[in-house]
Amino acid sequence: MESVSNSDALVELRKISKHFGEGDTRVDALREVSISVFPGEIVGLVGPSGSGKSTLLNVIACILEPSSGWMRLDQDVVYDSRWLKSDLRKLRLDKIGFIFQFHNLLPFLNTTENVAMVLELSGASSSEARRRAIELLDYLGVGNRKNAMPATVSGGEAQRVSIARAMANRPRIILADEPTAALDSQRAGTVMDLMSRVAKEQHAAILVVSHDEKIFNRFNRIFHLRDGYLESSETINQPR
Amino acid sequence: MNLAYRDIRHNAGRFVLTCVGLGMLLGVVLAMFGIYRGMVVDALTLVRAPQADLWIVEADRRGPFAESSRIPGDTREAIERVHGVTAAGSVTYQSVDIVRAGGRLRFQIIGYEPGRPGGPATLLTGRALARNHFEMIADRSTGLMPGDTLMVGRNRFSIVGVTAGQVTSSGDPVAYVSLLDSQELQFELAPAASRIETARGVSGGGKDTVNAVVARLIDNVRPEDVAQSVRRWKHLTALTQAEQETILTGSVVQRARQQIGLFTSILLAVSAVIIALIIYTMTMDKIREIATLKLIGAPDRTIIGMIVQQAVALGLSGFLLGVALISSVKDYFPRRVVLQPEDGIVLAAIVLVVCLIASGLGVRLALSVDPAKALGG
Repeated sequence: MESVSNSDALVELRKISKHFGEGDTRVDALREVSISVFPGEIVGLVGPSGSGKSTLLNVIACILEPSSGWMRLDQDVVYDSRWLKSDLRKLRLDKIGFIFQFHNLLPFLNTTENVAMVLELSGASSSEARRRAIELLDYLGVGNRKNAMPATVSGGEAQRVSIARAMANRPRIILADEPTAALDSQRAGTVMDLMSRVAKEQHAAILVVSHDEKIFNRFNRIFHLRDGYLESSETINQPR
Repeated sequence: MNLAYRDIRHNAGRFVLTCVGLGMLLGVVLAMFGIYRGMVVDALTLVRAPQADLWIVEADRRGPFAESSRIPGDTREAIERVHGVTAAGSVTYQSVDIVRAGGRLRFQIIGYEPGRPGGPATLLTGRALARNHFEMIADRSTGLMPGDTLMVGRNRFSIVGVTAGQVTSSGDPVAYVSLLDSQELQFELAPAASRIETARGVSGGGKDTVNAVVARLIDNVRPEDVAQSVRRWKHLTALTQAEQETILTGSVVQRARQQIGLFTSILLAVSAVIIALIIYTMTMDKIREIATLKLIGAPDRTIIGMIVQQAVALGLSGFLLGVALISSVKDYFPRRVVLQPEDGIVLAAIVLVVCLIASGLGVRLALSVDPAKALGG
């Protein structure tokens, strides 16, 4: 696989393919997909059901091994026909933040603890983790809910806490899976504003899988997937 | 950050209820231990009461508790003359079941010679037998108190003293009467039966029979040596106190021990299955959270730690609740329940091992969770 890459990109995929099964039952979920995502960018991964966008997200999240291709996250080549990193979970912890459709906050931790937990997993002390978590919640405008349990906050607030958790370890890459699907237009807009701010201020690359056409105009670029192929790449607006 | 503690705190009500249920189950297990221990203590209470070193019974018998034994009443006088014996007393044992205060009162009567070995070691209240007839010392579990009277057979007895904790191996309370009274109770026929026996030409004599003779020995004499001397009389068998206790615990209580042991094993197996199911269900309820933890990069040890800590917390909380429960109700059991620290420690260790094994199911499930479950709604 080629070793020359676009070193500015935070996420770089070259001819990534993924198939399930063999013979008559073989399904090609991804077919030689190549994309690059740069710091400060929010890109959308869109396409109809079965187009391969979730598979692609799982591959970038290092929870699904591609069948072939090459992939670099941040400065590390993590896949070149095989995984090159032995501890993919540590890689995720250090380099990738996740935002989910239903926020996936741990119901038994309050909002601060949900954010602090990620920091503690990375080795931060309890007090340092808590201080940084409160700082992030304030930054995202939910500092007033720092002691609230997830079940008692609104969907929009929960998603902000989820963004704070994704940012906790200052990852350069944030993967978002339908982050606005459970929100109304106003809250969805707020969440996208926050993600844009995070991308810009943290110089992070954010990849968003979404069906929500309302937010397509908030992306810098959109990758259209169909039947496992990268059908087209569309630039909506350049990051400022 | 302790995830196990926070999850328990979040679902405190459910956790407490689960612990209470498990605690009741483990309380029953502990009660079974206690009942067995109580049975042994009860059995030994009766045999230890005379503070004897030697039991002389009918030849080739293991009486008077494991088997019946009848020996002539004058055996005591012969035993007293054996070298090494300081004191001896004749004893009889018989169960009675009488009607009292509209209910039935079942107890065991021990006949002994006042002033000789065979009577109660200590009294809770009242005094020892002062007369050879119609006085009785009863255990307080009979409900009788000094001054009460009781019809047994054709005689009315006055309660003069009360003992505590004097019961048989089957849990029946014990009452002490004089040897003469007990022999009358045991061997004297009712007038009608006596007339029939007289008509048949059978003598009414032979009442001077006892079930055993208990003997105390000089301090530096070996009971086995004295027993050997006694065994030279072909119509007698001598058992040392240790042998008598072994007969009771190894023979009389043996079947009960097997029964309780089997039942306890079944209860422990049920407890293990229940703990495993609870842990498995608790893990199932957290599949999405576990997937999220894995996805964001939590190492396996964090997830395993959470499950194992919860399992151990559940087991130990249940155990402590069980101990508290059984400690508070043990005195209301109809039979003695003896809780010994070593039994508690053994059960705690068993519960701990069961919890660790049971959490293996949950851990296995957790480790198999695909982090992709956290994605895709």
